[in-house]
Amino acid sequence: MIHQLWQSIPFACILLPLVSAAVCSVLKPAAARRFCLSIITVVTGLSVYLTAQFALGAESYTYMMGHYSAPWGNEIRAGMLEAVTALFFSVVMALSMLGGLKKIGEHIEEHQRSLYCVVLLLMTSALMAQVFTNDIFTSYVFLEIMTLGACAMIVSRKRGRTLLAATRYMIMNLIGSGLFLLGIILLYDLTGHLLMENLQTSVAAIHASGEYALPLTVVIALMTIGLGIKSALFPFHTWVSDAYSFTTPTSSAVISSLVCKGYIFLLLKIYYRVFGLDVVLSTGIFDILLVFGVVGMIMGSLSAIRQNDIRRMIAFSSVAQIGYIYMGIGLGTAEGMMAAMFHVFSHALCKAMLFLSAGGLADASGNSKKFRDLRGAGFRAPVAGVAFTIGALSMVGFPFLGGFSSKLNFALAGMSAGGTPSLLVIVALTISTALNTLYFLRTVVTLYRKPAEDVSYPAEKGRRGFCFGLSLVIFSVLNIAMGLFSQPIINAITAGLATFS
Amino acid sequence: MAKIRNDYESSWWPRLIGWISGGSDELDRDLEKTLEEGEEAAAPEGDHHEDYHFTERISAAEKATYDRLFAWSRNRGAKLVRWFYRIASVLICVSIIALLVVTAASLPPFGDPSNPANNEVSQRYIEQGMQETGAVNIVAGMILDYRAFDTLGESNVLFIAACSVLILLRVPGNKSGAPTPEQLEAEADDRMYEPKNDMILQHQAALLVPLVLIYGIYVIMNGHISPGGGFSGGAIMGAGLILYLNAFGFKKTGRFFRYGTFKTISCMALSFYALSKAYSFFTGANHLPSIITPGTPGMLFSAGLIPYLNIAVGLVVCCTMYAFYTLFRKGDM
Repeated sequence: MIHQLWQSIPFACILLPLVSAAVCSVLKPAAARRFCLSIITVVTGLSVYLTAQFALGAESYTYMMGHYSAPWGNEIRAGMLEAVTALFFSVVMALSMLGGLKKIGEHIEEHQRSLYCVVLLLMTSALMAQVFTNDIFTSYVFLEIMTLGACAMIVSRKRGRTLLAATRYMIMNLIGSGLFLLGIILLYDLTGHLLMENLQTSVAAIHASGEYALPLTVVIALMTIGLGIKSALFPFHTWVSDAYSFTTPTSSAVISSLVCKGYIFLLLKIYYRVFGLDVVLSTGIFDILLVFGVVGMIMGSLSAIRQNDIRRMIAFSSVAQIGYIYMGIGLGTAEGMMAAMFHVFSHALCKAMLFLSAGGLADASGNSKKFRDLRGAGFRAPVAGVAFTIGALSMVGFPFLGGFSSKLNFALAGMSAGGTPSLLVIVALTISTALNTLYFLRTVVTLYRKPAEDVSYPAEKGRRGFCFGLSLVIFSVLNIAMGLFSQPIINAITAGLATFS
Repeated sequence: MAKIRNDYESSWWPRLIGWISGGSDELDRDLEKTLEEGEEAAAPEGDHHEDYHFTERISAAEKATYDRLFAWSRNRGAKLVRWFYRIASVLICVSIIALLVVTAASLPPFGDPSNPANNEVSQRYIEQGMQETGAVNIVAGMILDYRAFDTLGESNVLFIAACSVLILLRVPGNKSGAPTPEQLEAEADDRMYEPKNDMILQHQAALLVPLVLIYGIYVIMNGHISPGGGFSGGAIMGAGLILYLNAFGFKKTGRFFRYGTFKTISCMALSFYALSKAYSFFTGANHLPSIITPGTPGMLFSAGLIPYLNIAVGLVVCCTMYAFYTLFRKGDM
């Protein structure tokens, strides 16, 4: 098959950041920063173009990585869903870096800033590879890059707690990677393939023959648990709070809204393209995910209520939001998957914005993240305050914002599922929304209260800057757009999922 | 008649108000103080007084309760929790092991020619690998030509690992070249390991290091002809450099290997690798004519890009190994 030039975009999205990462390591910090930001912007532009092509009716296609065709060589695949995901991921990556530039300068020592840019670029490349891959082993290789990169991003700010957080993150995530790799090995032994299309045919044949039913179930369970640990599914979420709350805001934003979401996208891809939904449904793993998701939604919110530190609160809130996503997956219906995917996007946009604006608010409050010091921070840092309010309202599910559309989707998906899951989803959504409202609005109220008399705030070091404001404004606009124009995105996801299997 | 309360502060309404306005009640503050070690908010000097008053204020009965709870959680409770964790972890491990053993037992039998893993994929690698890639060593052909994209990712795993260790451990120097206090401290810590002109070690190293390095180069250069390749050869060369460093110290290695050398070599090797592979992927996917040919199998410079890629991977692995060693020792090269 002869490709048109635009069909090389996925290839460029992976290889361009990879090459620039090597180049970036010898640049001076300031140059490295500009270089990194412009490369990520180029990737964003490319994925906009790719999405436009698919929106104009292009078919999904596979792209050979080398001279050998699929089962022998490597291959990547691009379709509507991949294009939209790449677009969202690269936009969030670019904006998170833009918004955190000042804090990167403050938190990371000078000689390490270009290395930090290298890590960001490799992370972008790995995310893109994760999105476009059509080969299960390629996904494992780039998953390793994401794990190590996330550790490097956590420790890039040198503090006692970040070391502890990174150690914890690494132990939990390596267990996750190990389980996932074990799953790949067992699956290869059963089918003899690593390419997703061939895997799907072989798995369907094995499932139909009824032979190897136990190993197949174990494989699905191992992959689900492995990726569940890595994406902070409820009982495995213990690494979240420290990992997100002590490092520099860009790292928190990237890890919470991209790295975790990348794993979830991979899991969906594996369900759809490796096993096929019917096979997974027959193992009953979706019911377990549904229960874990629902419990996570409520426990995450309860933990968030107890925090008195804004970053930790946001961290626990993302445990709850990951619970929403797994609840959608756990429904096992097309609507549920669509709602989960939509929430991946809306939560990615929202959480990155919350982490960045929390950084700005803390800056204006004498570098403290405690609620008692944050009183009145909304007046001292107006842009960050407004952005945080928009993010909080979106999380709560206020109409016209992204969070509302995703909650609506979840409710509709729950209704159409019928039976016990339907009831469970509706009850859990109600309780969790009430809890979300409690802690997010409490934070917003705190931000706009009069500060306590006995607290004085030291003058801020340097200006918060144009880049910070710009990134938050774009984030807010995107969040509102996500709510107002949710239908095109929903259509795109539905179309993408339909051609996904 | 409503009950008159003198502990209004601790009733639920003021506590709710306090929580909404940012958790300002004193108990919270004190708990935070103990929890937030390592936090940046430098505690104001006055707070110690408050602590003192707080301990003064609580009554004897309350103090007894706290003490009892504290003792329980320190002794009995902690012990119970520890035991619970031990038993639970053993149970979970045993059940996972049992599950995996049962799974492994029901897999296709080992070494059976009709296994699903022995399909057309491995058949083509074995039968046509040499003609198609030009590499006598099938493994080199597989990892650097058939599935080169995975290996490109794998070498970047090494690169990002090196970056992480650099971020974590590197002690920076001054622009002027004068040692900084941190560097001096790291040097002092390292003095214990620095060789003190050990004659035996130095003579052995003088004999061995050239052999080890030449062997490493041999393994890398013949990676496509005989077993070996960039990863193993690079590890051998790295070991040779580490031996040299251990025998002769940083003064000698500093003449030819510094942080700048590391940066330049890994940047050049990785960008060569990524760019050449990008060219090969692009031409392959678009069916364009490529200037890379397999050549005559068995020759030193044959098998298309494989020998050059092996050199690039070997350099990256060698530098990364050496860098890990020096960084863990004193945080610089």
